Amino acid sequence: MRAPDAAGRFGRFGGRYLPEALVPAAQAVEATFREAWADPAFTAEYRRLLATYVGRPTPVTECERLSQVLGVRVLLKREDLAHTGSHKINNVLGQALLARRMGKRKLIAETGAGQHGVATATAAALLGLACTVYMGHTDVRRQAVNVFRMELLGAEVVPVTSANGVGTLKEATNGALRAWVNETEHAHYCVGSTMGPHPYPWMVREFQRVIGDEARAQCAEPPDVVVACVGGGSNAAGTFAGFVDTPARLVGVEAAGGSAVEKGKLGVLHGFMSHFLQDDDSQVLEAHSISAGLDYPGVGPEHAHLAETGRVRYTSVTDEQALRALKLVTRTEGILPALESAHALAWVVDAAATGELAAGSTVLVTLSGRGDKDIQQIREHLR
Amino acid sequence: MSTALDLRADGPPLVIPYVMAGVVPDWLDLVRGAAEAGADAVEIGLPFSDPMLDGPTVQRAAALSAARGGRPRPLLDELAGLDVGVPLVVMTYANVAMTLTPDRGVAGFVEHLASVGVRGVIVPDLPLEESAEYRARAAEAGVAAVLLAAPSCGDDRCREIARASAGFVYCMSSMRVTGERADLAATAGQTARRVKAVTDLPVVTGFGISAVEHAVQACEDADGVVIGSVLMRMLVDGAPVAEVVEEVAAYRRALSSVHHSPAGG
Repeated sequence: MRAPDAAGRFGRFGGRYLPEALVPAAQAVEATFREAWADPAFTAEYRRLLATYVGRPTPVTECERLSQVLGVRVLLKREDLAHTGSHKINNVLGQALLARRMGKRKLIAETGAGQHGVATATAAALLGLACTVYMGHTDVRRQAVNVFRMELLGAEVVPVTSANGVGTLKEATNGALRAWVNETEHAHYCVGSTMGPHPYPWMVREFQRVIGDEARAQCAEPPDVVVACVGGGSNAAGTFAGFVDTPARLVGVEAAGGSAVEKGKLGVLHGFMSHFLQDDDSQVLEAHSISAGLDYPGVGPEHAHLAETGRVRYTSVTDEQALRALKLVTRTEGILPALESAHALAWVVDAAATGELAAGSTVLVTLSGRGDKDIQQIREHLR
Repeated sequence: MSTALDLRADGPPLVIPYVMAGVVPDWLDLVRGAAEAGADAVEIGLPFSDPMLDGPTVQRAAALSAARGGRPRPLLDELAGLDVGVPLVVMTYANVAMTLTPDRGVAGFVEHLASVGVRGVIVPDLPLEESAEYRARAAEAGVAAVLLAAPSCGDDRCREIARASAGFVYCMSSMRVTGERADLAATAGQTARRVKAVTDLPVVTGFGISAVEHAVQACEDADGVVIGSVLMRMLVDGAPVAEVVEEVAAYRRALSSVHHSPAGG
């Protein structure tokens, strides 16, 4: 996948829709990233951390029993085995090193389920940086254990209460952006997905492309289909980056209640132009998903572009489909996927049943994270 | 039409109160009253679900408006035919500007503003690089697209912003989202002076002007002030419109009694 144009656009999507106050900060992030990404010393340190701290490369697991059940060959790229339990750490370590390079003393992050918050708090602890995580007040309640985990790591968790009473990832991002205005001099905003103003969608994809690059090298033959879940879209972007120039079909799976590609309208939120769920009065709607990580009303600009060019097909699955797939994979493979990742698996289950996936074809699914964080919620739903 | 928003810069400092459209049922009375109390223009906020540059008070005002059924387009239509004798300047976010008129984008937005008599517009998340088309369409429609400058902007950027702005240049007093504060930041004067040095447009300081003394202090360097959160806090806390109008009058009196000699002006 290519770099965006000079204005930070993928086709007509992306850009840098920020108040002037933040434009210099985003320009500085871009300049530092360009320089660092071309600096062998920086990439060497990044790769060293990925190897010795994150535990990369993560394996590709051949799912024999699941494949038997579905009639297609399923391979899992195991981001659940990365340190802190999801792919989020790949991006966060890159940005934390960047923050240090820029002389920043603090990381700011938004989080939904808490995966990105935990990863950011972890990187901050590792590099001796302060950390404040913004989290919607609803999610603070739903994910109490993850809040404690972040605090244990030394981070401050700030509940974001919106005036209209809803508090999920959208509000958390508003809170983090406002904090970035207030603290831009000494803090780096560590955006958690391929969203936000330029250069974040591109930079986060570059930090996540290790998923796709590794998986491609690990697959003896390129898979027929490559599947990943899409909230903002970072694990999908990182995965697709390794396969976009192969004949593989690429499939991005959104949550039915947060399906910006299918149901969104062109708009601007959180610094970028893309598709967003919104009403006829220009108000952005809340996404609704069992998975807090997919509870985002928009989609990263590069995904909007890949949808428009047709290179990637985007689809969505319901909470129930995700839960059923989660149960199936847990029982057949002994792997508990995160609710987010279960959406990608649910599409595979469904497509194998309908014949959309030809019998005997090979499917690579990025298992973006482990489901331990979701145990309480899964329990409530399956009981 | 470069004179869409022709604010005098040689008289006493400009007073520009901010009113969130629809925040109370009689919000238009506040617009009228503020003009009668000596405001030089009135900034009208349109509610948006995700106001990233607004602090808790304006967020509450937006939520109140939305809860009362306030929607950008019908609220704008309430302004049609309202002649308060001073220009109205609409403030909202890029998503509203882009989607107010289906499929017509920012051109449809600024044309609609012109059609209801609005003379200026502020969209804070359309910075210099993202605002070329919006500025061009606004100029064609006869609406002044006011740009913001911030303390974080270097001299070159301030110059470009001032060159591209119409009506006035809106300076953020500090690196803070909107809201009341105990003191006026030192960056308020610095930023206003830097922008004054590179433009003939009026330079207006806003964000955090929370007391008459702040306004007087800000106008040592700037040509005027925007007063927002202090007024909106009074309204959302239940103060009657007349009391808020009296607050505007207090700013007017204080600023009219000081000799106006901003640096370079």
